[in-house]
Amino acid sequence: MASNEVKTTGLLGWFDKRLPVTSMWNDHMAKYYAPKNFNFWYFFGSLALLVLVNQLLTGVWLTMHYKPDAAQAFGLVEYIMRDVPWGWLIRYLHTTGASAFFVVVYLHMFRGLMYGSYKKPRELIWTFGMIIYVALMAEAFMGYVLPWGNMSFWGAKVITQLFGTIPYIGDTLLEGIRGDYNISDATLNRFFALHVVAVPIVLLILVFLHIAALHSVGSNNPDGIEIKKNKDENGIPKDGIPFHPYYSVKDIFGIGMFLIIFLGIVFLKPDMGGLFLEHDNFNIANPGSTPEHIKPVWYFTPFFAILKVVPNPFGGMIVMFSAIIALFLLPWVDRSEVKSIRYRLMPFKLALTAFVTSFVVLGYLGMVSWGAGEKLLAQVLTGVYFLYFVFLFVYTKNEKHKPIPERLTH
Amino acid sequence: MKKLLLIVAVLLTSNVFANSGGAHLEPAQTNIRSKASLQNGAKYFMNYCSGCHSLQYQRYNRMAKDLGLTKDEVKENLIFTDSKFPEHMTNTMDNAQVQEREWFHKAFPKDLTLIAKARGVDWLYNYLKGFYKDSSRPIGWNNTIFKGASMPNALWELQGIQEAKFEEHEDEHGIVTHTFKGFKKVTEGSMSEEEFDETVRDIVNFLDYTAEPARLIRMGMAPWVLFFLVIFTMLAYLLKKNYFKDVH
Repeated sequence: MASNEVKTTGLLGWFDKRLPVTSMWNDHMAKYYAPKNFNFWYFFGSLALLVLVNQLLTGVWLTMHYKPDAAQAFGLVEYIMRDVPWGWLIRYLHTTGASAFFVVVYLHMFRGLMYGSYKKPRELIWTFGMIIYVALMAEAFMGYVLPWGNMSFWGAKVITQLFGTIPYIGDTLLEGIRGDYNISDATLNRFFALHVVAVPIVLLILVFLHIAALHSVGSNNPDGIEIKKNKDENGIPKDGIPFHPYYSVKDIFGIGMFLIIFLGIVFLKPDMGGLFLEHDNFNIANPGSTPEHIKPVWYFTPFFAILKVVPNPFGGMIVMFSAIIALFLLPWVDRSEVKSIRYRLMPFKLALTAFVTSFVVLGYLGMVSWGAGEKLLAQVLTGVYFLYFVFLFVYTKNEKHKPIPERLTH
Repeated sequence: MKKLLLIVAVLLTSNVFANSGGAHLEPAQTNIRSKASLQNGAKYFMNYCSGCHSLQYQRYNRMAKDLGLTKDEVKENLIFTDSKFPEHMTNTMDNAQVQEREWFHKAFPKDLTLIAKARGVDWLYNYLKGFYKDSSRPIGWNNTIFKGASMPNALWELQGIQEAKFEEHEDEHGIVTHTFKGFKKVTEGSMSEEEFDETVRDIVNFLDYTAEPARLIRMGMAPWVLFFLVIFTMLAYLLKKNYFKDVH
């Protein structure tokens, strides 16, 4: 690799002799060759990184003014919103950032489904990405408890109760998670520790591995063709362009578009009409007053709907976790030799549409109260969700597809 | 992509997930930018509500600054306790007393700093207008929006006393439901109906302010932030286009 040929002098040379600054820069930026045909869907990786940094920075500043004390937490959030200079902005960046994280990650994952980015040789990238997704869900769930609103309390109670339904170990596990017999000050303390220290460290390591694995095999692209198969005499992919400056500059444009929407929400409608900051969470946690309609924040609602489909809570939990595990298995479920949706036929396109639709509509169903109609719809859509994986496994055994070009189409 | 933008647009412009409580609510049409309305709301809140309901997260001095009132104006007209100007707008209502004397069926009057966020302004507006005389209730009052509310009509002097007309329906299972069919004024209040609506709107507007004083700041900054970002993004686009012109 180019890293061995680095000849630098001066201050940079001094550093290069002690730490491979220049070669790292080259390997991951200036001489990292990415396919030249990235489209709109390829903004979401860098945007996820941007939101991660936003969450870390605003999170650090929030902890400067917050205490995980059940008697004070709710009031301290209001103190941040009113008395801490710019506290309202820091908090809204963090709360809106949580939702933005999931928006960006869901679109990032959808890109992977469309262009087959999870397929060989990128199975590990997908696996690390999925673990990031699960860690992110844990992170968001525990963060949601910290403001100590009434939905924080009841949401935490209902979700932790799921673990209590596990046979034999349930009660002990539940007590271990809560640190008490109910959601209490002890729960708030341990959720704070996990939210602020443990899970962020895990997330950072996973993001590092996700990107390291990506840079080892190279990026996929909307055509799903490996650019490394067509190299010029210098060993540079003919359809590749250096990540820096091409995509670093392009991503700045993506960041601009993202920030217009993101900061538009932060400054104009940070509670999103109850979607990002729920009405019931403006009441302090009260074990004696159950909210009319307990539901998680929007990014969990597809799984919440799947949970509710099964009458037995333990069974519901199994089905819900299966819905996440199924996603982990995608690289091995999809056996097709073609990656991108561009060269796949109608059955795949219809199946993917059905799958995404089921996820979105289940998300809606997870927010509303159910009559018989909603329940039936949720049952059907849960079926559609799981059938996607079964269909894909069977269909991709001998999948017919359009001819795949040798080089990228532009 | 278009679908996505449409969903974002719908979410940005609507309150699909607002707490409407099911009943049809008349829109409150408050305007947080109107200082006159906020000042009037503060006046009526302090005179008619603050005896029981605190605003424990709101400070007098912040209110003065945001509503355009002087320290003296606030001290003379709006502080009824021995609170100092920079302090929170609490009151002397004591839960032990409420329990012992069985006031309001032992329901301690809620702190109202954040009530506009928890309930929504439309709910509050309709609730404050929805009290009617009901001798079947121990307290003598009931409410069309919040059945069996433990609070009496604190604004009855202004509104007068009204009775509610209900229509009875019996379904095939013999279950009787009552549908609200409007109010009948029994005693006139000191205000006309329009004046009273305006007063309630101002009180709700004031509570909308106390729920998030920072809203005045962020709404003021929003156009500048977005203006900057649009220019920034346009330049970023031109830069990107320039770099990519030699990529074929």
